[in-house]
Amino acid sequence: MLEKNVKLVNDAFKEYYFKHFELIHVPTRTSEREFGYQKFNDGMTRHLSIKDDKELHLLLMTQVPSDVYCSNAYYSFPNLPISEKDWKGADLIFDIDAKDLKLDCRTSHICCKCNSCQNIVKQGINCSVCGSTKLETISVPCKNCMSESKKEVTRLLEILTEDFGIQKEEIQVYFSGNEGFHVYVVNSDYQTLDSRERADLADYIMFNGIIPETLGMNKQNNSKSALPDVNERGWRGRVAKEIFGSKSKRAKIGQEILSGGYSVFQAKLEDWRPKIGVKIDPKVTMDIHRIFRLVGSLNSKSGLSKIMCKDLENFDPFSDACLLDDEKVEIIANCPISFKLKNKKYGPYEKEKITVPKYAAVYMICKGIADIN
Amino acid sequence: MIQLGIRDLVKYPFLAETGEYLRDKGFNLEQLGHPDWKPIVEKAYGRIVVATTGQIYGSAIEDFENMDSEILSFVIAIVLLKSAGIPTLIKRFSLSEARRAERYLQRDLLQKKNETKLELPLKIMQDLFSVKVMTKEEDFVISVSDYLKRAVQFHEKEWKLINRRVENGFVFLTAHETVRLIRKELDGYINSKIQAVNIPSIPETFRERVSDLSLLAKKFSEYVTVSSDYPPCIKHAIEVLDRGENLPHSGRFMLASYLLSKGQTTDQIAPLFKNAPDYNERVTRYQLDHIAGSSGKGTKYSCPSCNKLKSENLCFEIPECSGIINPIQFGKKRTANA
Repeated sequence: MLEKNVKLVNDAFKEYYFKHFELIHVPTRTSEREFGYQKFNDGMTRHLSIKDDKELHLLLMTQVPSDVYCSNAYYSFPNLPISEKDWKGADLIFDIDAKDLKLDCRTSHICCKCNSCQNIVKQGINCSVCGSTKLETISVPCKNCMSESKKEVTRLLEILTEDFGIQKEEIQVYFSGNEGFHVYVVNSDYQTLDSRERADLADYIMFNGIIPETLGMNKQNNSKSALPDVNERGWRGRVAKEIFGSKSKRAKIGQEILSGGYSVFQAKLEDWRPKIGVKIDPKVTMDIHRIFRLVGSLNSKSGLSKIMCKDLENFDPFSDACLLDDEKVEIIANCPISFKLKNKKYGPYEKEKITVPKYAAVYMICKGIADIN
Repeated sequence: MIQLGIRDLVKYPFLAETGEYLRDKGFNLEQLGHPDWKPIVEKAYGRIVVATTGQIYGSAIEDFENMDSEILSFVIAIVLLKSAGIPTLIKRFSLSEARRAERYLQRDLLQKKNETKLELPLKIMQDLFSVKVMTKEEDFVISVSDYLKRAVQFHEKEWKLINRRVENGFVFLTAHETVRLIRKELDGYINSKIQAVNIPSIPETFRERVSDLSLLAKKFSEYVTVSSDYPPCIKHAIEVLDRGENLPHSGRFMLASYLLSKGQTTDQIAPLFKNAPDYNERVTRYQLDHIAGSSGKGTKYSCPSCNKLKSENLCFEIPECSGIINPIQFGKKRTANA
């Protein structure tokens, strides 16, 4: 980030932290967590211990981090190097990100920035000014990205509660501050799972690795009665709903499946996977030493806050998580995409000098599509 | 508190109660060294031989006359194995005994209508392995986390959680699957029991069979032949890089750790990444050195397992991959010298 931009964003972040201590707290079991932070244009500082809210707030005020993180893991010695921390367990976390959902809308709200000359192009593999191939993709998520991500979260919550028996009170959903959601499970039964075990759990959620036998089809003999029924629970029930839609169609479609045989069914399962599996990022769930953005802190990719979604259905990240103040700021925006913040539309701008509220200015600067004037 | 009968001890001779039973009956090692007990020593040796061939020693459970000799043959087998001190035999014996116990556990679980019969197998699983097994409808259920902690050891697809009936935090299992799930722990438990046994000296009558065990062990050395072909995941990664396409970080890590484990040096590996869209020689070398353990904390990273690669969409399984759990095993064929 350019130095002149850093000053504005840094000041905005500092002001936010100063005004919003009530939103930023250390998580439970504080002394067992690892904390970390980054400053603008600087590397990561990890392996920190923080005692309480007071110490955290002091860090925010003195360091003014661009991003603050905290481990989902519990350690005996959180401030020692990874190999000496003595891992005790970790909350189960799922990451759902709009960019992984392969949504049709995405092409309409991404653009590319040339790393060599900073030129911004809507699409392409070469910079139209200098010809460089080093282009960075910038995404300005839209309403559809968020509503589709919310649908994934809802499907994940259904599996967590119905299949895994996790109580609703043990699940917390957070907007990540940029393009997605983090779902935390705080349940002692799942805390001690290692990385491999979490990977299998993630595969279950993503509908990865299912074999036809699980759904009543095998290589030798088949019968319609062994195929799943819409009233069944778990994946059998969900697949049945997907294949048959309704009970009345069961006989006919069942017959088609049986006549197609094992390998056809296997190929079909593979086809259904992207549609019915929940699109979580398995790498995040598998990682038991990761540090996650701290709840209440700002995301330097957007200037939006990572906040809890108490009412997911009605949650609007572009309003509810947009918490910087609205003092007017003059910037030069080069943003080929329009977007909405706090119900007001911005853009598209073509190297225009504009005056916008600070939260919109920070949003565009963080995205790399505007500079302070 | 469950009162164990002698028949339970025949089935599960590794339980702590066996020691009490033998003490109560007045058996000791010195006494078992008497030539009169030679047939039991032979029985014990036979029990080990059966185990080493990969079979399961069968006890005549209904034969009330020989209950003591069944229990004693297990105990003496351990004495013989400990004296010979050959890890491969101890390993084979504990696995075979685990599978034997597994049979009885399964049989006992199947008597689920009879609640008293069910008590012992459930208690063994709870006390020894901390797995709470409950009955539900026609099946047994265990918690998802207990299931995952064990099932990830298996590589057959049917053990993946997605291929299980999962409801309300519980995984449904048959009696057979329930006990299969704890085989490894049962094996580990029996093995640890054997390791913990301390035998100061053995009776003269045992010596011949102890030296026979050394001869027996010689049969089990293995020859390993290695093919020079790369596994499909590695080939794919190399092809992607060759084409100048982007290989995700996890793919690069796999490739580097695989080649390092095959003895290649960072100098040999670094050029492979030259075509990567974001290639930076300094960064590549730094990361390779880190994976190799020659920089950073000195931790040498090993190649990720096939399971992990599957989850990361880096696996391109072919029939030759059958039976391997890590790409580095690809192309190795084991032939037992038996």
